[in-house]
Amino acid sequence: MVQRAKIPMKPVYFDNNATTRVDARVVEAMLPFFTEQFGNPSSMHAFGADVSAAVNCARGELQSLLGAEHDHEIVFTSGGTESDNAAILSALEANPRRREIVTSAVEHPAVLALCAWLEKNKGVRVHVIPVDAKGRLDLDAYAAALSDRVAIVSIMWANNETGTIFPVCQLADKAKAVGALFHTDAVQAVGKIPMDLKSTAIDMLSLSGHKLHAPKGIGALYVRRGVRFRPQMKGGHQERGRRAGTENTPGIIALGKAAALATVSVAQVNTRVRGLRDRLEQGLVRRIGHCFVTGDPENRLANTANVAFEYIEGEGILLLLNKEGIAASSGSACTSGSLESSHVLRAMNVPYTAAHGAIRFSLSRDSTDDEVDHVLAVMPDIVDKLRGISPFWSKEGAPQAFDPAYA
Amino acid sequence: MWDYSDKVKEYFFNPKNVGVLADANAIGEVGAIACGDALKLMLKIDPVTQVIADARFQTFGCGSAIASSSAVTEMIIGKSIDDALKITNADIADFLGGLPPEKMHCSVMGYEALQAAIAKYRGEEWEDDHEEGALICKCFGVDAGVIERAVRINKLTTPEQVTFYTKAGGGCLTCFEQVEELLARVNADMVEEGTIAAAQAYRVGSVDPRSLKAKPRVNGAANGAVKSPGVAPNGKTAAPKQVPPRPTTAADTGGKLTLLQKIKLIEGAVEELRPYLRQDGGDCELVDVDGNSVTVKLSGACIGCQMASVTIAGVQERLVQKLGLPLRVIPVR
Repeated sequence: MVQRAKIPMKPVYFDNNATTRVDARVVEAMLPFFTEQFGNPSSMHAFGADVSAAVNCARGELQSLLGAEHDHEIVFTSGGTESDNAAILSALEANPRRREIVTSAVEHPAVLALCAWLEKNKGVRVHVIPVDAKGRLDLDAYAAALSDRVAIVSIMWANNETGTIFPVCQLADKAKAVGALFHTDAVQAVGKIPMDLKSTAIDMLSLSGHKLHAPKGIGALYVRRGVRFRPQMKGGHQERGRRAGTENTPGIIALGKAAALATVSVAQVNTRVRGLRDRLEQGLVRRIGHCFVTGDPENRLANTANVAFEYIEGEGILLLLNKEGIAASSGSACTSGSLESSHVLRAMNVPYTAAHGAIRFSLSRDSTDDEVDHVLAVMPDIVDKLRGISPFWSKEGAPQAFDPAYA
Repeated sequence: MWDYSDKVKEYFFNPKNVGVLADANAIGEVGAIACGDALKLMLKIDPVTQVIADARFQTFGCGSAIASSSAVTEMIIGKSIDDALKITNADIADFLGGLPPEKMHCSVMGYEALQAAIAKYRGEEWEDDHEEGALICKCFGVDAGVIERAVRINKLTTPEQVTFYTKAGGGCLTCFEQVEELLARVNADMVEEGTIAAAQAYRVGSVDPRSLKAKPRVNGAANGAVKSPGVAPNGKTAAPKQVPPRPTTAADTGGKLTLLQKIKLIEGAVEELRPYLRQDGGDCELVDVDGNSVTVKLSGACIGCQMASVTIAGVQERLVQKLGLPLRVIPVR
């Protein structure tokens, strides 16, 4: 029934902040754990022991990617959302006298929705730290929110929509000074930014496998040695009693392999991929008028370009890009199921004339020069076509007078 | 990605009647850039015949907003303004082969721009009754504004009544708590305004949603009684074809029926249902009766409709009521 759009060339996948392709080497590594190596790591016999050893090996790979001091600081979970929930809920439970949380306005819903729920149902006070027009955290507001009432600070390492990087090491030091735990949602940062957790004051860190070329459904929470932890999933003794439930062994092996690959590719992301991203971004801004890059250009993930095109709506751009075989995403209201425009761009006060037309291109180590060329070749016509339909656009480039009946 | 119909895609990728209509004598403007969608509809109305000779549009918005705007222009060119005013947002959505529930507001925007343009042409004041609010029921595409209005106008005080009046909560029931909270909030306001008594006001938690599924439904309009077909939230919008309320005089089936009598009764019952299905662009005809199996053929808008199984269940319920026999209705293509 559904007619597939004709794809003229090899599809261009520029939506790697949404999810990544599982690396072929990762698939190869995990497959035996569905078949010959099916054992339960908890079992006494050889079937179990072999798998248990492989799981610990994977833990070690992730430890090196994060620069954690000990391998037992890694707790495997089902993904970023579970890790975020586990970290925040544990901190509140372990510090019952501290009833406040500090977070930012641009966190992922896995953190923001949980905080809103805690505020509504558990009487927890939540400090939401605002950001400026470039998406940079208001450090004065952050310092003002910290006190000995704060159980946990949860601030993301890098923003998924704009790629803006927060100074988490610095923020963690400040949290430590008031005795609060510091958690960071590093789902977008792991594998894109070199890390050395042992030299920081970060207490907990969430990551997700499918953002770094491992499959969906596997993730991890880093819990610094000595941090009081209260498991949210009650049951067996797995993960040293911190996450009950038989281990997702194929997923863990996959994440271990993906971590090993990322330890090497993180340099490539920050050199070659950064070059591609810069060429894409500059090319778009040069070829298309009335558009600008959102986020902090000085301090951003190397793979992410978020460009706001004025006077048009993002979904139309995505549909036309899709027709050209290009996958990207948008913070626009119309592409999300919720009909709400991006809370990140709203928090940054991106002018509404452009916020609806913001498109995120997120590259990966798989991205190529040809792909960037293809996007640069088709985007000007796509934007022209939609501006030709828009009542807010006139041929001269300036917006035309148009004042509709209701707002 | 949204599950847009081929016609929506066609009207988005190759929209008809785009641009400025230089000699327009009726212009309707709705929406705002801040809201994420806006439409300027320009008409050229023949002052003698009152026929819409030409129409153009400019739209800021998503794919379905552009498609809906273009569809409106196609639908009204050549129509008299009286006929054009009869077009509803549902007609626009139907013209496009349906819209996802979250996107129904795009068809509403087309409808409103048309109403506004004609009102302006006639020198009348046009008031928009634009519904605002979050989408509550994803099965039937009902937003908070629609529910609130229905609760206020009809003084509804139970979640079941909300389902009867708006269909919200008539499908998968995952929105039950949202319906309940909204109802309680609006009822509390109504108590304050003095429109209902405090004792009547609904309180959250006083109805167990599990009982809504189990209870046999006598009121045919309640879709909640029927097994949900498991609609995807972004599925094509299509309300189930409403089965009319039970007639006051149920056919007296008496004792044992001959096969001919049975077929005639079934045929009669199906015929009675057809006008209701046709209202929604669908149809249904009797194909065969074999023992207790009644084979029917759905057609028109029922084809490919995700709610078709609800319609079939409604037809079955109706036939069982009418004949007093355990029948099974089987749809065929």
